[in-house]
Amino acid sequence: MAQMTMIQAITDAMRIELKRDENVLVFGEDVGKNGGVFRATEGLQDEFGEDRVFDTPLAESGIGGLALGLAMQGFRPVMEIQFFGFVFEAMDSIASQMARLRYRSGGKYHAPVTIRSPFGGGVHTPELHADSLEGLFLQTPGVKVVIPSNPYDAKGLLISAIRDNDPVIFLEHMKLYRSFRGEVPEGEYTVEIGKANIVREGSDVSIITYGAMVQTSLKAAEKLAEEGIQAEVIDLRTISPLDVETIVSSIKKTNRAVVVQEAQKQAGIAAHVIAEINDRAILHLEAPVGRVTAPDTVFPFSEAESVWLPNENDVIEKVKATINF
Amino acid sequence: MVTKKLEPIESRFETFQILNPEGEVVNKDAVPDLSDEQLKELMRRMVYTRIWDQRALSLNRQGRLGFYAPTAGQEASMLASHFAMEKEDWLLPSYRDIPQLVFHGVPLVKAFLYSRGHFKGGQYEGVNALMPQIIIAAQCTQTAGVALGLKKRGKKNVAFTYFGDGATSQGDFYEGLNFAGTYNAPAVFISQNNRFAISVPVEKQTAAKTLAQKAVAAGIRGVQVDGMDPLAVYVVTKEARERAIAGEGPTLIETLTYRYGPHTTAGDDPTRYRSDELTNEWEQKDPLIRFRKYLEGRNLWSKEEEEATVEQAKEDIKAALKEADQTPKQKVTDLIKIMFEKLPYNLQEQFDEYSKKESK
Repeated sequence: MAQMTMIQAITDAMRIELKRDENVLVFGEDVGKNGGVFRATEGLQDEFGEDRVFDTPLAESGIGGLALGLAMQGFRPVMEIQFFGFVFEAMDSIASQMARLRYRSGGKYHAPVTIRSPFGGGVHTPELHADSLEGLFLQTPGVKVVIPSNPYDAKGLLISAIRDNDPVIFLEHMKLYRSFRGEVPEGEYTVEIGKANIVREGSDVSIITYGAMVQTSLKAAEKLAEEGIQAEVIDLRTISPLDVETIVSSIKKTNRAVVVQEAQKQAGIAAHVIAEINDRAILHLEAPVGRVTAPDTVFPFSEAESVWLPNENDVIEKVKATINF
Repeated sequence: MVTKKLEPIESRFETFQILNPEGEVVNKDAVPDLSDEQLKELMRRMVYTRIWDQRALSLNRQGRLGFYAPTAGQEASMLASHFAMEKEDWLLPSYRDIPQLVFHGVPLVKAFLYSRGHFKGGQYEGVNALMPQIIIAAQCTQTAGVALGLKKRGKKNVAFTYFGDGATSQGDFYEGLNFAGTYNAPAVFISQNNRFAISVPVEKQTAAKTLAQKAVAAGIRGVQVDGMDPLAVYVVTKEARERAIAGEGPTLIETLTYRYGPHTTAGDDPTRYRSDELTNEWEQKDPLIRFRKYLEGRNLWSKEEEEATVEQAKEDIKAALKEADQTPKQKVTDLIKIMFEKLPYNLQEQFDEYSKKESK
C-alpha cells in the first residue's frame, strides 16, 4: 500500500478510470499540458493523449454544456471547475440541464458527469475562490454531492463518482490536498456514495462533520478525551444524499450531537442534518443539537480567514455546552 | 483613427437569396439539385406545419393544449434547414422548433404531450434529438459537446441547433460557437432572426448589423440568408453540413424571418410592440406563397396536392390528440422514480408517501 496525499489519490483515481473505460474524458481549464492549477491531472494528458484529457476555453458554462453534450454521445465526462467559487458561471448547465436530463427525457437520457472542483478556506486564495457553496447543491434535486476528507476516501469516492450514472459534484478541500498523507491501496476500489464513516468511536456525543472539518473535529475529540469526554466523529463523506442511518444510530448511542461545517450557518448542511435528526431521533436527545459554523457573511478576504473559519476550540466549546446543557 | 470601422465586416454579410417573394429565381447558379419529389415533400412539410400551427392555436384557446410557441412565418427557416439534415444527425431545438423535431422522427403525439406538460412528451425513441430548450442559448454549449462527441466517435454526422435572435445576446451562444470552433467540431448553429425577442426588436438587442457577423469573433463561418426563401435556406444549411462533415468547422446561419403570431400562447400581445404594417410587409414575403408559386411554375404543385396535405395534417392532428387524451396522466411518483438511477433514501420515503397520496 502506498502513502499518498489526497491530490495524488485523486490523480490515481482518474488514471484508473481513464485506463478502465475509454468513454471517460477529463477536461477543464488548464487540465491538459499544465496538469491543472493544483496538478490534479498531472501526467494524464501525456499518458492518455489529447483526445481523452484536454484543455477547454476559459468558460465554465461552456464546460458544463460541453459535458452534457458529450454525455449524450455516451461519454463519461469528468469536468473540472477550476475553483468552486466560479460555479455560479456553470449553475445553469448543472442545476437546470444535467440535473433535469432524466426527467425531461422521461428517463431516456442521463448525464453521468463528474464535476470536480477545489473549494474551502484556510489557504489564502484571492477572493471568490474558497467559498463553501456545497449547500446550494443540497437544494438542487438531481445531483449528488461528495466531499472526501482523506486520501483513501478521495480515491474510492472519485472512482464511484465517475462510475455513477447521475451527475456527481465532487468537492476537494484545498487545505487537504497536500496537508497529510494516508494509506491508499493500489489499483481500483470504490467507496460507496451516500455512506458516512465513523472515524472515531465515542459514547458521549456525536460530532457530525465533513471535509476539512473532520481533521478539526478529530483534534477537538482528542482534547475532549483528555477531559474525559468521549466524542464519536462521523465523516459524512456524501452530503447529498445524507446517510441518516449512521447519524441516527450514533445519536441513539450518545444522545447528544454537534454538527460542524466550514460553511456559513444559514440553511446549510448542518441545518439539514439537524432537521433530519429532529424527524428521526429527537426523543433520543438529552440536549439541543449544537452547530459550529462560519458566520453568515460572504467569505472574507484572506487576512480575516483564520478567525472566520471554525476551529478546534469552537468545536470543544460547543461540545461542552451540549454536554453541560 | 487607429480603430477601424465596422462596415468592412458587415458588408461581407449580404443576405443570400435564390427565390424572390414572387417565387422567381434570382440566383440561377445557386438553385439546389433537389428532385421534383424532394421539392414537393418540402412544400408538403411547410403546408402541414402551417395547418398544425393554426390548429394548435385554436386547441390552446379551447384549453386542449398548453404551452405553444407559434411557427407561422418561420416554415422555410425551420423546415428547409432541417431538410438538409440526415436522420442520424443530432437536433438540439428551442421550444419553438417542434416542427423540426417532428420531421426528425418524434411522433406528433409527443409534441402535444410536451405542450400539455407531460413527461412522456420528451421521451424520444430512436430519434437523435434533445428536448426543446427553454433556457435561451443553453443548447449552444450542448451542441458543441454533441458535435465534439460525434467527432470523437468518428461519425459522419452533424449537430444542428436552433435558437432565436435574442439568444445571440447570451454568453452561452458565444461560448457554444467558440467551443465548437476551438475543437473544429461538426456543428451548425441556426439563429432564426424573427426580429423580436418577445417584444424587444433586434435593433435593441445588439449594435451588430447582422447576427451572422457574430461568427467572426469565434473564428467560424457565418452567413445571413433570406429565411422566407426555402431554397436559399436549404442551400446554406446543406453547405454548412457538408463543410462540417469535411472537417472544415462549424457555421453560424442567420435566417431573416418573422413570426406572424404571438411569442407564445401565454398571453403575449404583439400589437404592444410591433405594427400591423410591419407584419403585413413580412406576410408579403411568405415562404409558402413564394414556394407555391415556384412549384406551380414548374407544374409540381396543384390545388389537389395542397388540399390533400391539409387533410393529412388535420387527420394526423386528430389522431395524435386522441392518443394524447388516452395517455394516463403523469403522476408525482413517475417523476420521483426517474430522478436518479437508484433512489436515495429521501426520494424512497417520498415515493411511498406519494404512492399513498395518489392512490386516494
